[in-house]
Amino acid sequence: MKKKKEFGKEVLLLDPEKEAGRICARIREIMLTRVKRHGVVVGLSGGIDSSVTAALAARALGRERVVGLEMPERHSAQETLTLSGMVAASLGIETVVAEISGMLEAVGCYGKYDEAVRTVVPGYGEGWKSKIVISNNMEHPGFTLFHLVAQDAGGATSTVRLPFKPYMEIVAATNFKQRIRKMLEYYHADRLNFAVAGTPNRLEYDQGFFVKLGDGAADIKPIAHLYKSQVYQLAEYLGIPEEIRKRRPTTDTYSLSQGQDEFYFSLPYEQMDLCLFAKNNNVPAQSVAAAVGLEPEQVRMVFRDIEVKRSSTRYLHLPPLLVEDIAWE
Amino acid sequence: MSLQEDIRSFIIENFLFGDAGGLNNDSSFIKEGIVDSTGILQLVAFIQEQYLVGVADEELIPENLDSVSKVAAFVEGKKRLALEGGAATGEAT
Repeated sequence: MKKKKEFGKEVLLLDPEKEAGRICARIREIMLTRVKRHGVVVGLSGGIDSSVTAALAARALGRERVVGLEMPERHSAQETLTLSGMVAASLGIETVVAEISGMLEAVGCYGKYDEAVRTVVPGYGEGWKSKIVISNNMEHPGFTLFHLVAQDAGGATSTVRLPFKPYMEIVAATNFKQRIRKMLEYYHADRLNFAVAGTPNRLEYDQGFFVKLGDGAADIKPIAHLYKSQVYQLAEYLGIPEEIRKRRPTTDTYSLSQGQDEFYFSLPYEQMDLCLFAKNNNVPAQSVAAAVGLEPEQVRMVFRDIEVKRSSTRYLHLPPLLVEDIAWE
Repeated sequence: MSLQEDIRSFIIENFLFGDAGGLNNDSSFIKEGIVDSTGILQLVAFIQEQYLVGVADEELIPENLDSVSKVAAFVEGKKRLALEGGAATGEAT
């Protein structure tokens, strides 16, 4: 009798040439029949998702119909601009660089953030850095906890659990970054009669890891159906520079360097991808455990966390809701 | 107002727009979709400020906070501990 194939990362393997062709055909169709704009603006972060999105758009529409926006601010990693510039150069697309710290300062982003942090770390100020990390739900199986990690000018770090008010204020102030960027993307899209391409991968889209009307806003999201590991496969096929493909996913949002798995996902993307795939395809936790190096009970906890995040971020996906339906299409 | 009524009233006012609907004191906040993880933070802030009890990281679990009855029992236990001279665990942030 043929032995049943074990569950493993092979389930996420795709034919990159075929998939790139399929996505490009859909981008053209969507732009022609639904969006009806003549090109796209893509915010380039120097990360894998925006690089692949820009590459696919350039392939689908022509490189002259894609504009890359590079929008660093004072807390962006030093390599951000180098990497986003590198991918734009490799694709041959036009770029616009807009340093957004001044705008963020003007809306009070930094001031409100610092003020909220000082309610839990009173000495926080010039020369300090910080980030938010979530509790690891393997180690803490209860409700999600949010901690602030603060580093003083001398490099000493302290960690404090964030109470409700400062947590909400810190997140709200930080969301200005994604919303200012999106505002600029739409400015350039409007002046060029282009649309805006969003860059979420499937993990981010499914789990609500985006800011509503910030990075969540877009006219087309060409890679939202792809697991992160699949985005990397496409990146290699599309010739995205190795420096970008080797970089670990980062939020590049807080002044202290922060991995996406520290802030939002309970596991590194390779394991999250497999758990999400398994959940979506009814693969039992028992079969997933060995593939992701966890105990079955831990996989069940990840499954539950996926459900909780889906439920708590459901509203982020919703359009404005009306009291009664209005027929318009 | 009893502790349980006090907590129930906080939940109704803050998470249900004042309409108790079918809220049972044993209804699971999470399963019923009444309170999400951010709401739990809000609830914790309320019990810390209202009853001056600390809540440690390891106490932030559904067994302590996932229904009106559970929250009331948890707070009751913390207050009793404090009265008996045992320090309430966790930092009162």
